[in-house]
Amino acid sequence: MELLTILLEIGQGLAGLGAGAAAIGAGLGVGRIGGSALEAMARQPEMAGDLRTNMIIAAALVEGVALFGAIICLLVALG
Amino acid sequence: MSTRFNLFFLATGLLIGQVMWGQHGGQDSHEAPASHNHEEGHDHLEGDGKSGFDPSPFIIHHVADAHDIHLWGEGESAVHIPLPIILYSQEFGLDVFMSSAFHGHGDVKYTEDGKYALSHGHISLAGDGAHDDHADHGHADHGHDASHGHDGGSGVYDFSITKSVFGMLLILTLLVVLFGRAAASYRKNPGQGPKGLANVLEPLVIFVRDDIAVPSLGEKKAAKFLPFLLTVFFFILFANLLGLIPFIGGFNITGTVSITMVMAFFVFLLTTLNGNKHYWGHLFWPPGVPVFVMPIIIPIEIIGMFLKPIVLMIRLTANITAGHIIILSFVSLILIFGESSAVAGYGVGVFSTAFMIFMYCIELLVAFLQAFIFTLLAAIYFGEATHEAHH
Repeated sequence: MELLTILLEIGQGLAGLGAGAAAIGAGLGVGRIGGSALEAMARQPEMAGDLRTNMIIAAALVEGVALFGAIICLLVALG
Repeated sequence: MSTRFNLFFLATGLLIGQVMWGQHGGQDSHEAPASHNHEEGHDHLEGDGKSGFDPSPFIIHHVADAHDIHLWGEGESAVHIPLPIILYSQEFGLDVFMSSAFHGHGDVKYTEDGKYALSHGHISLAGDGAHDDHADHGHADHGHDASHGHDGGSGVYDFSITKSVFGMLLILTLLVVLFGRAAASYRKNPGQGPKGLANVLEPLVIFVRDDIAVPSLGEKKAAKFLPFLLTVFFFILFANLLGLIPFIGGFNITGTVSITMVMAFFVFLLTTLNGNKHYWGHLFWPPGVPVFVMPIIIPIEIIGMFLKPIVLMIRLTANITAGHIIILSFVSLILIFGESSAVAGYGVGVFSTAFMIFMYCIELLVAFLQAFIFTLLAAIYFGEATHEAHH
């Protein structure tokens, strides 16, 4: 029981770290997508509309994976 | 135009069907607060000195579904809007009453006839010994087991109009009235520019048609899927915006897994039912792939088929819930610092409020963006399923 309590406490701490790691991954991914899209838009301003839509789709896909991490961390922290 | 709006109403009716679904799934999501007893019991066990403000139950209470709309105040002085509760159990049959019938102090509340107990948003039969377990927080593990026991067998089936269900009915009524009036105005003066309400809604409808449906589905098939896409778009948009109105009880409709699950399930169903030969061919025998890679590719394709709607569900839920949690965390920050000293409370309060307003503006953007993303991805999945072979 004592061990279980301690492990649970540690697990909750690690859940916070996990959320942070998920945020780092998503940040890198979305940052790259945004940066590349901006470069492409600067090069070809007439394609800006198309690029923006595709940028949002890609960002949403990256974000979805990161949110999987965040949700799991939330479940660990609350469970 | 009028047939399109008739189809729109039909799709709205489809979404009403999720009221029951949503509630049913809500049973599962109630397990989160129920299992929360566990943690609370722990705090009580080891940290009696730390009797102050605990942010996590506070945040969960505001994010989770509830049986009444909590406006303000704590404990006995709290102001609630009662909602109807519909219960079915083998012992008492069907029971309908208002949530104001629950009385009592602390975590567990009882009806006056002593039949039902309400604890952390979970209704159970009062005679089940739930009282002992929940009142005695020392036996945290025991309480955890007991609350699980209610879900199966001798439990109560809860079909109540909860906060989320009420919010959904509100939005559906609003949608039907708004779009009904807009459609009527088109019928009344055909060939003229839209006025008033129709003028507000037309850009959004055109946006969904020209920027979401047509690019991913093509002109012809877009007309077929537009009723669904428009309904989903406006339902999510209105639900997100309703969740952002402060002081009306903090609706978290699209942040509830059961509701987004039903929407994602409809997307999955429509994709699967409309899938043509080309779609299934790509799924089960991708053309142009070497045979020895097939054992890897085919399972991935099949898992991906199910994973797409699941990610659709998680993305919407997590985005909206995370937004609520961030804003509530800033509120908690004020209360935590205010406990140590009033000066710190006011000092942090200024910054917290500034950040809250900032986050609120971002949430307004997210409310629109998530409705857009959900509809766009649904349209892309439909487009994949109905895409004709081009090689």
